[in-house]
Amino acid sequence: MKAKAAVQPKKSFFAAYKGMDRIILLIGYICLGLFALIIIIPMLYIVIASFMDPVTLQNSGITFDFSKWTLTAYQRVLSNKQIWTGFGNAVLYSVLYTVISVGITLLAAYPMSRKDLKGRGFFNVFFMITMFFGGGLIPTYLLISNMGMLDSMWAVILPGAFSVWNMIIARTYYQGIPAELKEAASIDGANEIIFYFKIMLPVCAPIIAVLSMWQFVGMWNSYFDAMIYLNSESKQPLQLVLRAILIQSQPQPGMISDMQSTAARAQLGELLKYATIIISSIPLLVMYPFFQKYFDAGIMVGSVKG
Amino acid sequence: MRTEPEAAALNSKNKKPAAGMFLYFKQHWQLYVIFLLPAFVLTFIFKYIPMSGIMIAFEKYNPIKGVFHSPFVGFEYFQRFLASPDFLSYLGNTLKLSVYGLLWGFPVPIILAFLLNRIVNAARKRNMQLVLYLPNFISVIVLCGMVRILLSVTGPLNLLLGTHLNFMTMPSAFRTIYIASGIWQGAGWASIMYTAALANASKDLKEAAQLDGANILQQIRYVEWPAIKDVVVIQFILSAGNIMSIGFEKAYALQTDMNLKTAEIISTYVYKKGLLDGNYGFSTAVGLFNTVINLVLLICVNMIVKKMNDGKGL
Repeated sequence: MKAKAAVQPKKSFFAAYKGMDRIILLIGYICLGLFALIIIIPMLYIVIASFMDPVTLQNSGITFDFSKWTLTAYQRVLSNKQIWTGFGNAVLYSVLYTVISVGITLLAAYPMSRKDLKGRGFFNVFFMITMFFGGGLIPTYLLISNMGMLDSMWAVILPGAFSVWNMIIARTYYQGIPAELKEAASIDGANEIIFYFKIMLPVCAPIIAVLSMWQFVGMWNSYFDAMIYLNSESKQPLQLVLRAILIQSQPQPGMISDMQSTAARAQLGELLKYATIIISSIPLLVMYPFFQKYFDAGIMVGSVKG
Repeated sequence: MRTEPEAAALNSKNKKPAAGMFLYFKQHWQLYVIFLLPAFVLTFIFKYIPMSGIMIAFEKYNPIKGVFHSPFVGFEYFQRFLASPDFLSYLGNTLKLSVYGLLWGFPVPIILAFLLNRIVNAARKRNMQLVLYLPNFISVIVLCGMVRILLSVTGPLNLLLGTHLNFMTMPSAFRTIYIASGIWQGAGWASIMYTAALANASKDLKEAAQLDGANILQQIRYVEWPAIKDVVVIQFILSAGNIMSIGFEKAYALQTDMNLKTAEIISTYVYKKGLLDGNYGFSTAVGLFNTVINLVLLICVNMIVKKMNDGKGL
């Protein structure tokens, strides 16, 4: 396991330290290793348990007797329609939200990065106020309701689409672009739009990637807005379907209804939770290595925002 | 849309002749209409219009009459909330959850960053970071689902301890569960900022300190800590300022009927009173109360930090 590498550093590394330092470092690395183990073990447990036979799992916990392993849970979860609907909705909402949100935020950040923009102070205050003060739950809900957006995906996507925080980060990024680059282009008399899309945007790949990652993960993982605004089952994103199964312990009807006894249904319901966790986490975990490239860019972006 | 250039004109500090103004907007209108307008409209509709809805907190809201014509009740809801025994309990739950969360959770990423910084082997460091960052990508629902599984009566923790406790129904366990799972999920990711700041620390200074025979604690105190101090201050202000806006999603997903004594916080209470019970006025008043405290807190924290940090705040 990766964690162990850190627990036992090579001797050459320790040779650079002496006396008390070695003890401090040793304790430090043991803590770091333990922390890594604490992160990995629960995940491993869920993965292994998801393959267990429901009766075995409840009676004796996980076992490495492979005759007791089964794919039942996965078959049942994957053959459930609601999970797939949730998946589809989550992808749709997350992609739309990411595109709209990052687009609007990047656009708005550009004029705000220009010192020569007239009214910059006004817009600054206008946007910043919303970071510290807002109407709260009920007034927002009533607005959405009055606009006829209840049970529409736009209620989940639009209200949070413009993020002032991300705008500030993008603005800082624009300001860090070398002035020579901007001057060379503006001499040609290009108008603002051409200038922005030809000169600015091409050098903005890192910030676009970082903001997209944040927005996508944020939307994919959230459930509150969907819970209060979307009522139809056909519109629920994955997290709401998961909530019913994992938090409210209400598996989708089709998943367990063929079991005869209540006990068997309960056992199976428990097992389904494990498989559901794994299946629902796969998309983000698969994208994780791709995101990883941008972690460092994210830090660069984040570290200048103060 | 004419309002923006007009507003902008009102706000511009250097008053120039109207002709110059006209020329400026003729040249730069795209900045307003194409770049700023979408954000402006979204902010106006979804942030500013709800602010006017705060009036609901002071009236007996009637959906047919609307926000502006419902009968006015003044501070009745505020008085009712402040006088109820729930008030202290929910305020206390909210404060304890976030203050304890801050005290326990804030130092962990900093310590992690110091330790990661000492790993010389780049590949090993990267692998370690991958493990530490991973939980950040798990959703709140899945995290809480995992917590419920691991802590269930027949779950692995009880097997390990040899007990049959139902942790999810114990009010005394809620805060520990909430905070520990928060550190489990977020500490690694939060260490990113500090790791980056440490990587930017002057190499020369570090080597000089090592040559001078500075021990680890001295190196941390004189070289590494100064390198991350600013980031720590910013992160602390942000966390401290957000004490009252502690998230709804996780608290709600960890609540059971039995642990509400400690698990009910203001944001979940606002949701239940408002959207589940339909007490719009009362719920808005409680929410407003929360927002105002949060605002005051943020201002205070910023002032304190400014004083301690030689005039540098946020």
